[in-house]
Amino acid sequence: MDFKGSETIPGPRAEDQLPQTAQAAVKIVIVGGFGVGKTTMVGSVSEIKPLTTEETMTQAGVGVDDNFGSASKTATTVAMDFGRIKITDQLVLYLFGTPGQERFWFLWNGLFEGALGAVVLVDTRRLEVSFDVMGRLEERGVPFVVAVNSFPDAPRYPIADLRSALDLSERVPILECDVRRRASSRDVLMTLMRFLHSLAMTGSLT
Amino acid sequence: MTPPQRQRRFPRAAPSPKPAEPARKKEGGGNPERLYVVAGPDGERADLDLVTLIVAGSPDPPPSATPEQAALLRLCAAPLSVAELSAYLSLPFGVVTVLLTDMLAAELVQARFPIVREALPDRSLLEAVMHGLQRL
Repeated sequence: MDFKGSETIPGPRAEDQLPQTAQAAVKIVIVGGFGVGKTTMVGSVSEIKPLTTEETMTQAGVGVDDNFGSASKTATTVAMDFGRIKITDQLVLYLFGTPGQERFWFLWNGLFEGALGAVVLVDTRRLEVSFDVMGRLEERGVPFVVAVNSFPDAPRYPIADLRSALDLSERVPILECDVRRRASSRDVLMTLMRFLHSLAMTGSLT
Repeated sequence: MTPPQRQRRFPRAAPSPKPAEPARKKEGGGNPERLYVVAGPDGERADLDLVTLIVAGSPDPPPSATPEQAALLRLCAAPLSVAELSAYLSLPFGVVTVLLTDMLAAELVQARFPIVREALPDRSLLEAVMHGLQRL
């Protein structure tokens, strides 16, 4: 990459720059299968045009996931979309849309461990692809809500049936959403925040 | 019609929350207890999160700065996350953290660490985020 023409290096637009007072960031991870709407959700609530960060599998994959064996010998690039919301002049929220496969999660330092919580985005046409994700989040003690992205041709199930099928306790919020709409995506994030708040009130992470 | 049933890999049990990492201070710069983030021996990387905010000490690169460093310094004249730096420079996250490790050691940039989830979430933090989301 040629860095000499530094004027040509893209950067945030002037109106997208964070104030100097920005002291800290928090993050929320949106996780789900391919094509479930993660990128759409990030884009609908982000205040900046969604960006993409990449990582190559060879660096972090080795020694972390032995099953990945042969594939990790070639440099596979994995991309993750993210967006940003300025909460206050001091605090910034980042939203990351990440694939459901756990082997990707190690590529980015502390992606889940440091996150306030997660949104598991599901498509009722392929509910099974979210099962593994939920198990892994539970094992890691990452609080999450389940957001059902309502595709027009997807089967509709009562929330109670979904809760039973997903084997989730009454406490874990499950809601339907249309991630193309900013208000709907925001409601999902608000539901997660209220859930985290209720956990803080009761002093329990479960 | 019923949805497919999820089988838990392990019986449901109260997950034991891992002890949270020690709360990191929100204030940036100059705190001796945070020196560990600067490169350790043998090219160890600084402990940088995707959302660690990086701020240039001065946007004007020193004459000794490499082109990559100059580009990074220009980008983070205002605070910018490591993820954003990776995106704007089209460089893998790991490469950016290596570059920043050197720059932190040389005090060309400062790191403002993220607020990470703790065993007991900070209610006032959550309330601030909710308030911010409501404005969207």
